[in-house]
Amino acid sequence: MREELLSLIEKNSRIGLDELAVLLGTNESEVLKELETLEKENIICGYHTLIDWEKTSIEKVTALIEVRVTPQRGQGFDKIAQRIYNYPEVKAVYLISGGFDLLVILEEKSLREIANFVSDKLSTLESVLSTGTHFILKKYKDFGTILDKKHEDEREIISP
Amino acid sequence: MTKKLSEKVLNIKLSGIRKFFDLVSEREDVISLGVGEPDFETPWHIRDEGIYALEGGRTFYTSNSGLKSLRVEISNYIKRTQNILYNPANEIIVTVGGSEAIDIGLRALVNDGDEVIIPQPSYVSYEPCTSLANAKPVIIDLKPENDFKLTPDELEQAITDKTKVLILPYPNNPTGAIMNKKDLEKIAPIIQKHDIYVMSDEIYSELTYDGKHTSISSLSGMKERTILINGFSKAYAMTGWRLGYACAPNEIIKQMLKIHQYAIMCAPSTSQYAAVEALKNGDKDIEEMRKSYNQRRRFLIDSFKKMNIPCFEPFGAFYVFPCIKEFALTSEEFATKFLNEQNVAAIPGSAFGRSGEGYLRISYAYSLDNLKKAMERLNKFVTDLRNNK
Repeated sequence: MREELLSLIEKNSRIGLDELAVLLGTNESEVLKELETLEKENIICGYHTLIDWEKTSIEKVTALIEVRVTPQRGQGFDKIAQRIYNYPEVKAVYLISGGFDLLVILEEKSLREIANFVSDKLSTLESVLSTGTHFILKKYKDFGTILDKKHEDEREIISP
Repeated sequence: MTKKLSEKVLNIKLSGIRKFFDLVSEREDVISLGVGEPDFETPWHIRDEGIYALEGGRTFYTSNSGLKSLRVEISNYIKRTQNILYNPANEIIVTVGGSEAIDIGLRALVNDGDEVIIPQPSYVSYEPCTSLANAKPVIIDLKPENDFKLTPDELEQAITDKTKVLILPYPNNPTGAIMNKKDLEKIAPIIQKHDIYVMSDEIYSELTYDGKHTSISSLSGMKERTILINGFSKAYAMTGWRLGYACAPNEIIKQMLKIHQYAIMCAPSTSQYAAVEALKNGDKDIEEMRKSYNQRRRFLIDSFKKMNIPCFEPFGAFYVFPCIKEFALTSEEFATKFLNEQNVAAIPGSAFGRSGEGYLRISYAYSLDNLKKAMERLNKFVTDLRNNK
């Protein structure tokens, strides 16, 4: 039930316990128990909402920043990653294989703020060798959801 | 014109579904529970392969029996799911949907006056196809107390010395009933004793929720007398591609191929290229869709239980078949009133044979949100009906 439960709430975290129990063919207390275990094990790390901010009047700029760093003895990339991810404006930090080491996703109110973050905070970290900043111009699909697509049922209303 | 059109065709009744369709299409904002096709789009990698075939200019006829590569994949698929060996060279034919396979299969099997046993409620085309082939439909009225399975007694009673073919429609549209291996083993000896053919329509074979589907053709002594029909519509959400297939002994396929060759030529080539991809890399998609269907199935069963409407638990296809006899309306009256008062379309069970009278076919090939809305309205509808008594 674990995998099916996870994939259900991954798509809809607002779904109720009663409904989950029906869909999974079990009872509410079993579902609750499993959810609590998953939270305790930090497998469920939060219940977030996918928002297309572009459709609001709120200004947001997102950048992907490639960061090359010198790994530190005994700590590898973890220490430097931590120094970066502690900034609240940093939305994600990934260790990446290939031409650079860390991928940082940054969300700010303006281009200026992103520029400031990169020049003042990120580049000045000791172990950072270089950065490359890419601005996101448009999000087509995020977290498996196509943002602009409205689902319309094009089937005939009735078929045998 | 003064000359009368074909008597045989004139005598065929318009499908009950068609009548209801005309009623529904006059209305707006209907919540429908009436479709017999998946709500999923064809998985992208399969569509992409179809596009690739078009881009590459592969727009020609294929061989009559279908692309060799597709027949090989079909053969592999049946080997790995049913452990039956069909020779791709001469025991498989690719058809325009499972429906064509039903038609040409029957035409290849029967002589005038032969009897074809059709368990009902079942898909609407068996009976007319039988009549069009000049054979006589013999209906078995399946019973809810047997979970709409075909029992050995029912079969034995329907067989006469004119019986030629048994149509075996499982997993079943509209009831959602299945016949598992044990159920099939009970009827196989009777079929063999009377030496009749079986047309096994297994179009919903991938959509079972209580263990894997078993084909009757996999039982000993059955392959030689069975036409196994399947297709891509339900398993891979490919209804509009119109692609199915039949597997049978070469003697039968050879005859079916003649009809297919003159009437159809070959199934659409784009669909065939896409289908190769479906069989090669589509198992994961089926699994995902099956999971969704199963969740919705549980939701509906639970809803009917809460509304106190009797409904046996179906383990196949994507339909539930609740019993509405308590309301003392025919299924057509019930469905029409439901449509008029709540704007929800569900198909009267009687459209699938007289034994479907007193039932509704509810499809769960819809999003959960859609089903929830529909069930709220059904709840209101039956509450009103009960209160007015």
